Amino acid sequence: MALERWFRRQRPTRGDDDATPAGLWVKCSACHAQLYRKDLVAHLYVCKECGHHERMPVAARIAMLTDEGSFEPWSGDVRPVDALGFVDVEPYAERLAAVQQKAGRPDAIVTGAALMEGEPVALAVMDFSFLGGSMGSVVGEEIALAAERAGEEDRALVMVAASGGARMQEGALSLMQMAKTTVALEGLASRRLPYVSVLTDPTTGGVTASFATLGDVIFAEPDALICFAGPRVIQQTIKQDLPAGFQRAEFLLRKGMIDDVVPRGELKRRLAAVIGLLRAGAATMVPGALPAGA
Amino acid sequence: MALPFEKPIEDLESKIREMQAYADEQQVDLAEEISLLEQRLERLKRETFAHLTRWQRVLVARAPGRPTALDHVGAFVDDFVELHGDRALGDDPALVAGLGRVDGAGVVVLAQQKGRDTKENIHRNFGMAHPSGYRKAMRMMEMADKFGLAVVALIDTPGAYPGIAAEEQGQAWVIAESIRRMSRLRVPAVAVVVGEGGSGGALAIGVANRVLILENSVYSVISPESCAAIRWRDAAEAPRAAEALKLTSADLLEQGVVDEIVAEPLGGAHKDPATAVAATATAVRAALASLRGLPVEEIVRARSERFRHMGRVLVDSA
Ligand SMILES: [Zn+2]
Repeated sequence: MALERWFRRQRPTRGDDDATPAGLWVKCSACHAQLYRKDLVAHLYVCKECGHHERMPVAARIAMLTDEGSFEPWSGDVRPVDALGFVDVEPYAERLAAVQQKAGRPDAIVTGAALMEGEPVALAVMDFSFLGGSMGSVVGEEIALAAERAGEEDRALVMVAASGGARMQEGALSLMQMAKTTVALEGLASRRLPYVSVLTDPTTGGVTASFATLGDVIFAEPDALICFAGPRVIQQTIKQDLPAGFQRAEFLLRKGMIDDVVPRGELKRRLAAVIGLLRAGAATMVPGALPAGA
Repeated sequence: MALPFEKPIEDLESKIREMQAYADEQQVDLAEEISLLEQRLERLKRETFAHLTRWQRVLVARAPGRPTALDHVGAFVDDFVELHGDRALGDDPALVAGLGRVDGAGVVVLAQQKGRDTKENIHRNFGMAHPSGYRKAMRMMEMADKFGLAVVALIDTPGAYPGIAAEEQGQAWVIAESIRRMSRLRVPAVAVVVGEGGSGGALAIGVANRVLILENSVYSVISPESCAAIRWRDAAEAPRAAEALKLTSADLLEQGVVDEIVAEPLGGAHKDPATAVAATATAVRAALASLRGLPVEEIVRARSERFRHMGRVLVDSA
């Protein structure tokens, strides 16, 4: 259980596990204000000048969303394989090894059991700093395992998505993870366990086009880029300028694609509230009254 | 127009044609010479196609004259009736839907259709569906379940269309929903990759009990050009990206992504469309027959299991 060890080691530092530049001061990537690093961390990586939500390390995300001390990791035993022997400018296997060492985990996701304002949940958090949060066989497998275990343990599933899409270094096998994660979510649906998805910056490609947008409820963080095809791809295809705010969370809210844009500070409360409401409803229903998979 | 590696084949073919024409014109018997050249041609084709690079397969999969999805439908679906519209946004010509019969039994047909010429290609948006196309597909899946019709999906798309309206209308959402809807089908589903299986836009109608692929078709998480642009920062490296992506029929069979390869006539389906569509017809009929009569629960369970086990991982024992 390498991951558990890593968690014990890292827990005291609470969320300084990724590649955020070291040093006392950091610059807001939106308004460029100089922010005292400790302040930024204390403010959940939200700029106190402009409200911009910076990308957030996984450990800080877990700490923010769960009741203190309640998180127990499930993921970490599944390791990636370079099934294709993929080589571009450097071999995938080498790139992977380097990223694993830096991240202290085998792949781009952490899952586990936790309490969220007392509500038992399974939580999955994707790590954008790990090869762009890309979904290969391991991310797909950990999500599938988490969804299945959530069903068995009578927990709602909360997914925090952050991903550049399917991991091309694993070829069509990564594409198939879109279907794998989708079928694995069916056990939650048949047990009427809520599945709530939180789309964070950025959520794109095959992740958006599979489990991330299948939530009973879908929240997004302010200004998060959420899309199937990236803005650059679309620009190259249509050779026109894109509308202001295109593919951002607020834009998608207006288009009816997400349930709400939720600032980070309110996320835990809002998640616990909808899960509580859905579960209260489900509890009043006769088991098996809906057809399987409905 | 010949593909680059087809040049020697085409040269030899035209030489044979010329010799035949000369023989006819001059009333001379060149049968022996012609027969020798034809044997040489056969050998040349065999050798060329046995050693195609992955990138060359991509070119064959996209070759002009390759049978389109509807060409295949014409060969194995009787009484085909096209049904239009998603009942919300419009009708997407890139994804054709309809009803028909295979071996007498009713089926729902979903076909990603590229054009046979420039005009049709523009009409079909080069086989790149908008959300409306996937909504139509899902409507047809409802119908399949309601009336107990097997689903046959023909995949041939560079990918779901990347455009402003497509994104606004939730391209990602409809692909995800279509994957889920298809995984829930209570009837058998057979998918055939007949040309290009481009990423999520292909998988959206590819969650089938049996997934077949034509010998020279490809199925990939990303186009070699886009992969090259990202990984090598140069789209011209597409041939190397194609090698790295392992996207040929043989690769996919080895990866367990497809169940069966449908052999193409020597020289590729575009050289002999009639033989190619006949082979597809035989394979689809056999696949449908193998799924006929299974209990509903088994059909759903087997399809889910098929996809649940996709991928390669190592698991540490606790
Ligand atoms: Zn700021």
